Amino acid sequence: MAREIGEVILDLRNISLRFGGVKALTDISFDVRDHEIRAIIGPNGAGKSSMLNVINGVYRPQEGEIIFHGEHRRDMDTHEASAAGIARTFQNIALFKGMSVLDNLMTGRNLKIKTNFLQQALWWGPAQREEIEHRKKVEEVIDFLEIEHIRKTPVGRLPYGLQKRVELGRALAAEPKMLLLDEPMAGMNVEEKQDMCRFVLDVNDQFGTTIVLIEHDMGVVMDISDRVVVLDYGKKIGDGTPDEVKNNPEVISAYLGTQH
Amino acid sequence: MFYRETGQFKTSYAADQQFFPIRQDRIGIALLLLVAFVGVPLFATDYWFSAILIPFLIFSLAALGLNILTGYAGQLSLGSAAFMAVGAFGAYNFILRVPGMPVIPAFLLGGLCAAAVGILFGLPSLRIKGFYLAVATLAAQFFVVWALTKFGWFSNYSSSGVITAQDISVFGYGVDSPMEKYLLTLVIVAVMAVLAKNLVRSNTGRSWMAVRDMDVAAEVIGIPLMKTKLLAFAVSSFYCGVAGAMAAYCYLGTVEPDYFTLDLSFKILFMIIIGGVGSILGAFLGSGFIVLLPIFLNITVHPLFSLLGLDVSTAVASNLELMVFGGLIIFFLAVEPHGLARLWQIAKEKLRIWPFPH
Repeated sequence: MAREIGEVILDLRNISLRFGGVKALTDISFDVRDHEIRAIIGPNGAGKSSMLNVINGVYRPQEGEIIFHGEHRRDMDTHEASAAGIARTFQNIALFKGMSVLDNLMTGRNLKIKTNFLQQALWWGPAQREEIEHRKKVEEVIDFLEIEHIRKTPVGRLPYGLQKRVELGRALAAEPKMLLLDEPMAGMNVEEKQDMCRFVLDVNDQFGTTIVLIEHDMGVVMDISDRVVVLDYGKKIGDGTPDEVKNNPEVISAYLGTQH
Repeated sequence: MFYRETGQFKTSYAADQQFFPIRQDRIGIALLLLVAFVGVPLFATDYWFSAILIPFLIFSLAALGLNILTGYAGQLSLGSAAFMAVGAFGAYNFILRVPGMPVIPAFLLGGLCAAAVGILFGLPSLRIKGFYLAVATLAAQFFVVWALTKFGWFSNYSSSGVITAQDISVFGYGVDSPMEKYLLTLVIVAVMAVLAKNLVRSNTGRSWMAVRDMDVAAEVIGIPLMKTKLLAFAVSSFYCGVAGAMAAYCYLGTVEPDYFTLDLSFKILFMIIIGGVGSILGAFLGSGFIVLLPIFLNITVHPLFSLLGLDVSTAVASNLELMVFGGLIIFFLAVEPHGLARLWQIAKEKLRIWPFPH
C-alpha cells in the first residue's frame, strides 16, 4: 500500500454535546488526516453516531470547536457540510424508498445541478444536457459498485445488503472529499462484508476519499483502518493505530469488563 | 403478447430517459391524443363536452396540482379548492381590469396569484408535517372563501359575490361553443401535464420525492428543505389556480366563492388517492373515476333495475348510485391501495412477461 496520508483536514477540539441533562459527548478531541481511513469504535450508546452528526452538522455541540480545512467554527451546518464535500451514510438505511436506485443516486448530485425548475419543466435543451451529463457520472458509480442490474428497481424492493450498497452509491455520487460511514457492514453476512470492505478500500484508494467509519466488527476495523478512536459513555478512552488501541487497557476493560 | 420491449435497445442516455421508453406506449399515447384532438370533436355532442369532458380535464389538472404537492413532495393539503378560487377570481380581475388582456396570459396570471397564496399557506410546512399540516392548510380553505366573499372588490362588487366569466377569445378567434372550450382546455391541460412530467423526472422532482421519503437524509445530501417545500406549494397551487380559472371560463361560466368549498378540496384529494398518489397518470384516472363514474351509474342503474323487473323510484335510484359509488371506491382501494395508476402499472408488468408468471 503506497498510500500517502496527508495533513490534518478535520480537527475536532473539546466537543461536548448534551440533550437536556443527557451528556452524549463529553470533551472529545480527535483529528482526521487527508486520505486516511479513521474508525470510531465503542460499545452501544457510546456516542459514535452523535459524533458523525456533529461532523456533518445534524447536531450542534454546546461546546468545542471544529476546524475544517483550516477554518475555525463553532459547529457545522448540514448544507455547508454537503457543499464542502462531506457525504455520509446512515446506521438505519436512509434511502428514498419510493424512488429507483438510479434516482436515488441522482439525488446525490443535486448540489451540482445548475438549471432551475423552469428550465427543467421545459426539459429539452440545457436541462436534458445536464441530466445526461450527470447520468454518465452516476453510471460510473453504478459500475463501480456493481449494481447495474438493479438500476431501475425501487430501492424499497431491494434486500438489505444491496440497500446498504446503494446508500454508499448515493454518497459517492456526490464525489465527496470525506465520507462518513455509519456502520456500513451491520447485519451483513461474511461475503457481503467482504464486498463492502473492498468497496471502502477501493474508494479510499482510487478516489483518494478520506473515510470516517463507525463499525462494530473488530476484525474489519483492525484490518482496514489507519487509526482508531475509541469512545465509551461519550468520553474518549483511546486513540491510535489499531495495534495501539488493541493493547490499551482502558479499551480492553470497556469491551470485556474488568475483573474485580 | 403485443406489449413487449423485446428488441428495443437503448444506445444513449437520451433514449433511455425519454418520456415513454417502450414503443407500444408511444403508439398508444399518440392514438389517444389523436382521438382527443380529432376524433372527439368530430363525434361528441355539446352535452358530452360541457358535462363530461371539460370537467374531467379541469379536475384532472387540479388533481395533478395536488398530486405534485401531496404525491411527490409528501405535503398533505386540504386547500386545493381555495387555490382554484384564487386562480378563478385572479383571472377574472385581470381580464376585467387590464384592457385587452388575452385569455391565456390571464389564466397564467391567475395561476401565479394562486402560487403566491400557496407559498404563504405553505409556510407552516416548514415546521409541521402530515395531518397537522393538512389542518393548517384548512386555514387557506376558509380564509380564501371568506376574503372573496367579504371584499366586494374581488367580484367587482356584484351583490352576491357571483362573477360571470367574460367572453373569451384566443388570437382573435372567439371561444364560445363547448367544442372550442374543450379544445382550449385540452391544449392547456396537455401542455401542463407534459411540463409536470418533465419536472418530476428532473432534479426538482427528485428533490420533492427525497423530501417526501426521508427529509433528514435529503437535508444531509444538500437538498434545501425550505426552498423545495415552498416550490412544491407554488407549483401545485399554480396548477390548481389555472384549473380554477378554466373552471370559471370554460366550464361553469358563472361562479361564486362558495363553489370552492372544502367539499371540492376533499373531492380532489379523493381523486389522487383513488387514481394514484405520486403519479401523473393517476391524476387523470382519479379524475375520470370521480367525474365519470357517477354519470355512468346515473345512466346505467335505472335501466338495470327495470331490466330486472324491479320498480325503483328516482329517489331510491339516486341513493343507490351513491351506495354503488362508495362501494366501488372501497373495492378499488382494497384491491390496490396505491390507486388505479398502480393497478395499470402492474397490468403492464404482467403483460410484458405474459404468458409466464415471472
